[in-house]
Amino acid sequence: MLNSHPDLTASVLIGLGWYYLILFAMNMWWTVRSFKHDGEFRNGVPKAAFWSVVTSLLLMTSAYHFTYPPDGFLIQMPLWFKDFFNAYFSNPVLYFLLTIVGLVFMIAAREWWIKPTVAWTLLNLSLLFMGLSLTDYDFRQIVGKPDNVPIVAMLFIVAFFTWIYFTRAVDNDRRIAEGRPLFEQEDNEKVLVWPDLVYTELICMVVLTAVLIFWGIALQAPLEEPASSMKTPNPSKAPWYFLGLQEMLVYFDPWLAGVVLPSIILGGLIAVPYIDFNKRGNGYYSFRERSFAVTTYLFGFLPLWVALIVLGTFLRGPNWNFFGIYEYWDVHKVEAATNKNLSQFFWENLGGIPKGSGPSDILLRESPGILLVIGYFAALPPLLGLTVLRTYFARMGVIRFLVFSNLILWMAILPIKMLLRWSFSLKYIVGIPEYFFNI
Amino acid sequence: MSVGDYIRNSQIWKSVFRHPAPTDRRNRVVVMLTNFFLHLHPVSIKQQGIALSYTWCMGGITFFLFLVETITGVLLMFYYRPTLEWAFYDIQALRDVQTLGIMREIHRWAAHAMVITVWLHMYRVFLTGSYKPPREFNWVIGVLLLVLTLLLSFTGYLLPWDQLAIWAITVGSNMAKATPGLGTEGPGFQLFNTSGYELITNASDAKFLLLGGRFVGEATLNRFYILHCVAIPLVVSGLIAIHFWRVRKDGGISQPL
Repeated sequence: MLNSHPDLTASVLIGLGWYYLILFAMNMWWTVRSFKHDGEFRNGVPKAAFWSVVTSLLLMTSAYHFTYPPDGFLIQMPLWFKDFFNAYFSNPVLYFLLTIVGLVFMIAAREWWIKPTVAWTLLNLSLLFMGLSLTDYDFRQIVGKPDNVPIVAMLFIVAFFTWIYFTRAVDNDRRIAEGRPLFEQEDNEKVLVWPDLVYTELICMVVLTAVLIFWGIALQAPLEEPASSMKTPNPSKAPWYFLGLQEMLVYFDPWLAGVVLPSIILGGLIAVPYIDFNKRGNGYYSFRERSFAVTTYLFGFLPLWVALIVLGTFLRGPNWNFFGIYEYWDVHKVEAATNKNLSQFFWENLGGIPKGSGPSDILLRESPGILLVIGYFAALPPLLGLTVLRTYFARMGVIRFLVFSNLILWMAILPIKMLLRWSFSLKYIVGIPEYFFNI
Repeated sequence: MSVGDYIRNSQIWKSVFRHPAPTDRRNRVVVMLTNFFLHLHPVSIKQQGIALSYTWCMGGITFFLFLVETITGVLLMFYYRPTLEWAFYDIQALRDVQTLGIMREIHRWAAHAMVITVWLHMYRVFLTGSYKPPREFNWVIGVLLLVLTLLLSFTGYLLPWDQLAIWAITVGSNMAKATPGLGTEGPGFQLFNTSGYELITNASDAKFLLLGGRFVGEATLNRFYILHCVAIPLVVSGLIAIHFWRVRKDGGISQPL
């Protein structure tokens, strides 16, 4: 019988053969490098010995794929792992919390994971996970879409540059602590732009052109059926770089998620140089000298932007339901949504007034939420300025501090609303659908 | 005298390149000052300022991708007709028939890549604190360029006129009708509507302005085509020029003070 959703086909096997061949080449280079750099383990075995074993295993794996092994002898992601992953990692709560945990770990354990061996091991593990996952039909359906390939690449690229940042920042932090000159200040003679810069640029352009042509040949740009306003696809998705904003629609109405919050993001970015009063860390990598600014930016860029794009692209299926990475996009998957407004909580659950007989005046009905929102944006900044953020307030002055604290509060409303939704099924803090004014 | 020397000594060559080959120090300085394309650069620069591990080269790559987009885009414009009748079939022909149809692939992938490299450029500039004085205003221009890059990509997304295109634009532009005060499904538009005279309707709100109609149709295709091919690239070119100018005027590539 022919399986209509085959986990492995001949072309996938060949593709994986090439994939492991590339991994082999990478680790070959790494083995040579570690032989040159790292010397020996304490008991006299060169570090390169371990990597040469890894390298040869990868070569064997690659060769094995090219031999079309029969069913039952295939290297596949084990079924129990897929079931486990689908069962426990298939909800946005865990996904988002894990990205936060990842960020905290990344910052706290930065001195550990930037070590070349550790980082290289992590890279290998993620590539192995990727390779094994590619043996799953449903995973390939999502990740293999031509438009989604750049997003997968972006994940690795962003991880790589984050690693570069932390490597350089930790190095400079140490130098500053020991009173040595910064990395950027050593060997920093002036050189002539011709040839030192123009040749770099030329090589860069040649390589990029080659990459683009190769990419264009290897992957065909998507073209679906002719446009039809009658057939709505399910799910309908915005272009991939806006999927973080589309994901916010789960928690906020369009006027906030689609208009106000994007404007605040841009306004906030523009305001950055005018509210960051810290004069240190100008023109070199560092973390300790500007830990608050960097942490805020990493939080905004990694969990709130990149991770939400990944969530919206790979994990949101029909009806914007959440699907595990090995899960079939079932149109009929139903997720119960019985969310309540804050006003219902207040009048019905706290006030004991039966459903439907609360105050009829809109402003009175929504007054708890309105007071909460006004308190959040108007009362919290001065409070913070007089207590926790007193030093900031003193150094920034009134206007600067109010802009700064409001931007931070705006940034926090997405995680806050997420937590409220997940823990109390809260729909709106202020719900005035009569005037499309829902928060 | 070899052929190469003959050419380099000819009047034509000398009229184009007004100095000898940049093989010694003096001529390496002169070439930077006299060549239009090179004079964006300074003559000399700090070694660490151009190290790839410092700059990641992302700003330069973004600019190069913009040039790639311009060139492939102009070539595509020769084929593509932005009408409901032809838009889809022209793209299909580029895929299946036309010799240089790969221009469309390169155009699309370079567009995706450009969005990513803009983010990475911004990431690097933030992490090195390069937005700090005296470069505050150039950061602002950078943010504007980020927005325009996203808008360029967004308007281009519609042009193939397939299912992917119109529904992505429909989802994206549905936000516009929720604009506070200016959209018929956003808060506050009632303020502009008194009884008997409605200023904000679904034929006059923000979404209508964006789409040139109540829904994504031929007017939208035309509107997005002009925005994508002419209006936004013009603004972007101007801002790029200012961005580069300010890099030089604000003290060159950022370095420890």
